[in-house]
Parts: sequence; structure tokens; C-alpha cells
Amino acid sequence: MRAATTPNSTRHQLSPARRAKNLAMGGLIVLATLIVVAPLILIFAYLIREGLGAMNLDFFTKVPAPEGETGGGLANAILGSIEMLALASVLGVVVGVSGGIFLAEYPRHPLMPSIRMISDVLAGIPAIVMGLVAYGLIVLQFGFSGLAGAVALGFLMIPIVVRTTEEVLKLVPQTVREAGLALGLPKWLVTLRIVLPAAAGGIVTGVMLALARVAGEAAPLLFTAFGNNQINLDPTKPMSALPLEIYRGATSAYDENQRLAKAGALLLITLIFITSLLARRASRRK
Amino acid sequence: MSKRTASPRQLSSASDRVFEGLILALAAVIVLVFVLSVYQLGTESWPALQKFGLNFFTSRVWNPVTGEFGAAAMIAGTLVTSIAALVISVPLAIASALFVAEYAPKWLANPVGYLIELLAAVPSVVYGLWALFVIAPILGKWQTNFFTSPENVQTLTRCTDLWNKNQTSLECFFVPSSAAGRGLALAIIILTVMILPYTASVARDVIRLVPQDQREAMYALGATKWEVISRAILPYARAGIMGGVILALGRALGETLAVAMVIGDSQDILKSIWGNASTMASVIANQFGDAQEALHRSSVVTLGLSLFFLSVVVNYIARLIIARLTPKGIQ
Repeated sequence: MRAATTPNSTRHQLSPARRAKNLAMGGLIVLATLIVVAPLILIFAYLIREGLGAMNLDFFTKVPAPEGETGGGLANAILGSIEMLALASVLGVVVGVSGGIFLAEYPRHPLMPSIRMISDVLAGIPAIVMGLVAYGLIVLQFGFSGLAGAVALGFLMIPIVVRTTEEVLKLVPQTVREAGLALGLPKWLVTLRIVLPAAAGGIVTGVMLALARVAGEAAPLLFTAFGNNQINLDPTKPMSALPLEIYRGATSAYDENQRLAKAGALLLITLIFITSLLARRASRRK
Repeated sequence: MSKRTASPRQLSSASDRVFEGLILALAAVIVLVFVLSVYQLGTESWPALQKFGLNFFTSRVWNPVTGEFGAAAMIAGTLVTSIAALVISVPLAIASALFVAEYAPKWLANPVGYLIELLAAVPSVVYGLWALFVIAPILGKWQTNFFTSPENVQTLTRCTDLWNKNQTSLECFFVPSSAAGRGLALAIIILTVMILPYTASVARDVIRLVPQDQREAMYALGATKWEVISRAILPYARAGIMGGVILALGRALGETLAVAMVIGDSQDILKSIWGNASTMASVIANQFGDAQEALHRSSVVTLGLSLFFLSVVVNYIARLIIARLTPKGIQ
């Protein structure tokens, strides 16, 4: 692509062995790339073939039929996912954005290096371990609940939001801050009224990426939100979520549950793809 | 960067201090989450650690009925699946990164780059569902053929004897032990796909950081494209790619549901690559909800604590490598 083209004169001097090796390696690289992208295409095609038919009105408005019976939908899971993600965002955005502001705007604070390191460490912790933590912190005291699931998802969102917020804030030119300070504005007003609005687009992108990341997590919900066969909007009670229903359906012996799981997977994967593509497009444009 | 002295008035410096305190308090929640996690996992693991000590990590017996818990089989399962997936995925990931960064024209490079990034966005459960419904039947069919074909009878008898004595050999490691299609091999396949995008995107970014001069100097000497890649680009990007590989290892170690759905949940230790097994994460997912006994529960949490520390160490090393090698920073 960016490489200079090989001058014609050297091409004549290439030994057949070198030329063959060059071609063979190029071919292998193309083949390997095809192998890498194939699963994505195969998964999407499979889910469309198997799941699209099940995406009728019932799918969005009804709850799963009792085991062994046909019909029903995943309204309980769709609503549960929306509610838990909204609750998780409150935690993820408030703590994540504040953490990002702290790292970007107070780089000389003595606590800055340790908070940055701990935030990076949190980013690598497996989601299922966060489920165990939320279980110990909330479920042991108050029982399974949508709120416990939301807290687990919120914990997972925090490090992603911190990192993107910090990076976007650092892109805001220093001169903008200096201009604000020169007008006599205190630093906090400069941060809230000038720096944050300038970076708002990038922060929203980061939050969307974080949401796309945790929207598909079922592991931390297994023993926090737990799941619910009925529509439940009360966050203090067990709640279902799309990834949970996909997990239960895929491991179920009943055709009907498997069918719902495939349709749920198609819905989930489509929403996640749209979200991440929009987020990436927005961040590329800057 | 910060100009704390720049605020001219006494009033604003007071409000600045309040704001700084507020932001610091909210940022401190990050530390709190970490501390609470360690505390929570630590206290809940304590009974199991106290009872079994280091034997927990070396014993192969995991028996909720007799109350004996040793994690050697899960640790082995975690390491074998992760490392095998890494070995298969690294060359593929590097090749796809080379394609995007060096071979593809721009109109093709961007969409392919997008597709590889979307691979990282597919949820674990969806990978699990696909592996279970699509790949498992294919593997199962192949295994059934092995079982039913007459020339394998001797091998099967020999290996079954060995397995019944809880032993294994290199030959029998590749002989099917069941015809379900699920097991170690399927877990490795699905993990390979799942960690590909992490190595690929880091590799692509570091390959793009290789200075153009490096390429041009070699082309000027008459090198072929592959020679430029193998002698100028890859050596230059090697350490950065290593960081991406370790990052992918961190992902593989903690990957849960896709593996839990396909690995078969058994405490067989490295019996056969086609046989059932389990990983630390898959045992947490499959057993924590049903663990009634306090000791069983505590043992499962100990797996979580181990996974926690393993991920912290692996991710720390990865970030150290990536941060040291790329002064401009890779996002």
C-alpha cells in the first residue's frame, strides 16, 4: 500500500527462488486473512439463517414459553438488558469520566500513577471474576437482583471509559485551557465548561464502546442478575438479560429455547455491531 | 500541564480545591473497586486455602461429595487451551495484520480491519452457541468415524485401558475419547478465533509504526516484499507484537462462557485432546451457582482469586512491553 514499488530493473535480477518465496508468502498472508475473517461471516450468516425467522412480533413482546411448549419471545431479556445497561452506565460514566478527568487534568497529583495503574489492572480482570465480586458484595446481603448485575457490568465499564476519556481529554489543545485561565476562570470551570464540551464527542464514543463491550457479557450476570422468566422492571429482583437467555437457550435441550437463543444472538450481535461501527466511525472522523 | 497557581483569586482557588477533591473522590472509587475485589475474593477463598494450602493447586481430586478440592485439572485445562489457542492464532493474526498494513489497497484495508475488530465485539455466548451448534457436530462426525472404523479398534482398546488407569501417552492424546464433538479441541478452536483480533490489532498498529525509511532502504537494495517484511518490518515490530500476544493470553485465560459451553466440564486431566476437560473460568461458571457446601463454594472462589492474580500479572507484563516499545502510544 504505502511501500515503494520495486523498480523494474531489479525484477529481472530476481532469482526464481526468491520470486517464488515472495509470491508464496504473499499468498499465505492472503489465505490467513481469509481464515481470520471467515468465522465472523459464518457466524453472522448462520444466525441470520436460523434466527431471522423467529424475529416476529411475539419475539419482542412475549416472554419465553414454558419448557417444552412452543412460542414466546424474549421481551423479559430485552427489557432487562436495557434496564441493566442503563443502570450500569450511571456507575460506569460517573466514575469512568471522573477518573479520566483526574488522570488527564491532574497529571502531577501524587495519586495519579497508582490510579492509572489500578484502572489498567481492572481492565484485564475476567468478567466472571467481577461476577464473583458483585455476588459477594451485593447478592450475599440482598439476594439476586438486576442491580447486582448492573453493578458487575458497571465495574467492567469503568476502566474502558477511564481510558478513552483520558485519551480524548489529552487531545484538547493546552492553549484552550490557557485561554480560559487567562480570562480569569477557575480551573474547575475551565474543565467543566470548556475542556469537557470540547471532548464530549470522544467521551460519548468511549461510553458507546464500553456499552457494546458489556452488553454481550453473560458470565458476570449468571450469579448476580440470575435471570427471570417474567418481565421484571424492579431492579431489586432477579432480572433477565439477552446474553443470559442466549446462554440458557443454547445449552437447553428444547428446540424452542434454542430457536429463541439464536434469534436473541442475532439481535444482540446486530445491536453490538451497529454500536461499535457508529462509535468507530465517529472517532475516526476526528 | 496544570496551572494551579494561575487562578488569580482566592475564591477560585477554594472552589478549585473542592472540585479537585470531588474528582479525586470519584476516581478513588476505581481503587475502591480493586480493593473490594481483592478483599471479597480473599475472604471467601480463605476457608479453602486454609484447609488445602498449596495442595489446592497440585491435587487432581475435585470431589464435592467427599469435600476434597484440588485445581490441578482446571489449571492444566486453562494453560493447555490458552497456550494452544495462542500458538495457532499468532501466525494468523500477524499475517492478517501484514495484509491490512502492507498488502491491501486502502479501499480493502479499512473494511478488513473493521471486520477483524468486529470479531472482538462478538459476545462470548454467541461464540459458544455457534461452536456448539455448528462446529461440534462436524468434530463429532469425524470422531464417530474414528470410533466406528475397524482399523482403529486396537488403538481404541489400548488407549481405553490407559485412560481407565488414569494415564495418558502422546499417541492416545490425539485419539478420540468420546463422540460428542465437545471437549478440549473445540475449546481451543473457539478460543483461537476469540483472541485473534487482540493480537491482530496490536500487530497492525506496531507494523504501521515501522518507519517508512526501513522499507525504502531495503527496496533500494533490491529486496522483495517478503524480504522487506521478514527482515525489516517484523524484527522492528517484534517486541510490540509480543505485547499483543501476551494481551491475548490474558484474554484467553479468563475467557469463560464460550469455553464453559463447549469444553464438557470434566476433571479429566489431559486425557485426550478430543475429550472433555475444564478450565478455571469454566468451573466457576458451571459450578458456582450449584455449590451448596461452604467449602465447595470457597474452592470455586479460590479459582476466581487465582484467575484474578493471573490476569493482573499477565496484563501488567503486556502493558509494560507495549508502553516501553511505543513512545507514541498505541490505543
